[in-house]
Amino acid sequence: MRQARLHKAYVLWLSLIANPLAFAGFLVVVGLVLVATFAPLLANHDPILQDLTMALKPPSAVNWFGTDEFGRDVYSRLVYGARTTLYISVLVTVIVAPIGFAIGATAGYLGGWVDVVLMRITDIFLSFPSLVLALAFSAALGPGIENAVIAIALTVWPPIARLARAETLTFRAADFVVAAELQGAGMGRILFRHIVPLCAPSIIIRLTLNMSSVILTAAGLGFLGLGAQPPMPEWGAMAASGRQYLLDAWWLTTVPGIAILLVSLAFNLLGDGLRDIMDPRNA
Amino acid sequence: MSIISVNDLAVSFGSGNDFKQVVKNVAFDVEPGETFGLVGESGCGKSTVLGALAGRIKGWSGSVSIDGEGVGPKRSRLQLAKQQMVFQDPFGSLHPRHTIGRTLLEPLEVHGLDQRQERVERVLRDVGLPPAFRHRFPHQLSGGQRQRVAIARALILNPRILLLDEPTSALDVSIQAEILNLLKDLQERDKLTYVLVSHDMAVIAHLCNRVAVMLDGQFVEVASREQLLQGSVQHPYTRTLLDGSRGYVPPRKLAS
Repeated sequence: MRQARLHKAYVLWLSLIANPLAFAGFLVVVGLVLVATFAPLLANHDPILQDLTMALKPPSAVNWFGTDEFGRDVYSRLVYGARTTLYISVLVTVIVAPIGFAIGATAGYLGGWVDVVLMRITDIFLSFPSLVLALAFSAALGPGIENAVIAIALTVWPPIARLARAETLTFRAADFVVAAELQGAGMGRILFRHIVPLCAPSIIIRLTLNMSSVILTAAGLGFLGLGAQPPMPEWGAMAASGRQYLLDAWWLTTVPGIAILLVSLAFNLLGDGLRDIMDPRNA
Repeated sequence: MSIISVNDLAVSFGSGNDFKQVVKNVAFDVEPGETFGLVGESGCGKSTVLGALAGRIKGWSGSVSIDGEGVGPKRSRLQLAKQQMVFQDPFGSLHPRHTIGRTLLEPLEVHGLDQRQERVERVLRDVGLPPAFRHRFPHQLSGGQRQRVAIARALILNPRILLLDEPTSALDVSIQAEILNLLKDLQERDKLTYVLVSHDMAVIAHLCNRVAVMLDGQFVEVASREQLLQGSVQHPYTRTLLDGSRGYVPPRKLAS
């Protein structure tokens, strides 16, 4: 059993290497995790230490990506900002995956009025533009990174629930599910033992593809001042504060902008690659 | 004392304009150790009768008693274990991501039975598969092997009754005979009772002691195997089915 799982992971790894774009995405994501983990070792300045005599210095050997309007090192802030980005996207995923699955799978499995009620609630959430909804929630809850996470999670779960419902519906009437029911298996066992393993690939893919929009929404909230609060380094907020000096100090906006672009592109590529790799029809 | 006793069974689906009576006034008894067949054309309601017996279809009325105990549309775990179902399609009836061992362990976990590994090995041996098959996934098995696993899953709870929904129609002809013989051997050894749905008269004649012929949701005739083999059936529809199963018989005058 364990051997079979190891073998499966190995096959997955082989097909990941065979897909250069997905592998590039994978490397960037691994890089992000490493940078976030070893931020104190990688940063060569204190990310929140202000030094007004050093304000708005262009990139140099000392300040690799220059300094911002308070004289803080942009490179060090970028490195620490990776933590914020990773924190938000991982936390949103961890919150959203079980909630989305539970709601969608329950709706799909039980059907009837439960399905109608749960799916109409999902529709209500889906009908708002996600950034506006996140904005409204974080404005209501107050600015801050935890509230930003909650606000983003509220906008991300509906598509997951939809997906889980659709997947559940396709397996709901399958003979192996009926067989389990006829042997006395309860709803919880059927959902978690029988439906989850079948839904998992598409939900994982969807979540990976969502990562980039989570990162962009987090950056957007930060840009609007509702995400991470100063002096905490966050890429969106960094890009926003550099906007005033765009003509004099291009590095302030460009560097975090490129970081956001790279990471969300990487998650997209990885998600696309995973879709090709994990699709059971290709196995 | 019959092990299955069905009276006035009626099944309908939908309501209002969509209302459709699928099974009407069906009554039969099955003796222990007997194989009772249900034949009829597609859509005549034979699988629905089986579904009602299995507890799969909830919207039925009438009275059904299994092993001397009256059962309703909702069954307890013990009642469910008395009869188990084998499905038509061995490719759809096994969970694609579960190993064979996992598939066979599930019902034991649900019913809280002990000696799980021993039971799994024993049931695999019973259906003629090596115990090492526990570690395989369904896609690594052939159709006949999968159907053996499906039978093993049905047997692992030690049911008295197996409900067979066209158990061989999705298999190759050579494999069909193997599965039918396996079913026959298991029945003799464990004194199992079978209810078999099929539209293959040859399968019916091979396994069944008695067969009910269904047309449009009703039984038109209950015939014994001898009657089928001798062709001494009463109802014209049964005769049509029997004629149909003989296939193409070339006219004699052309043969010479």
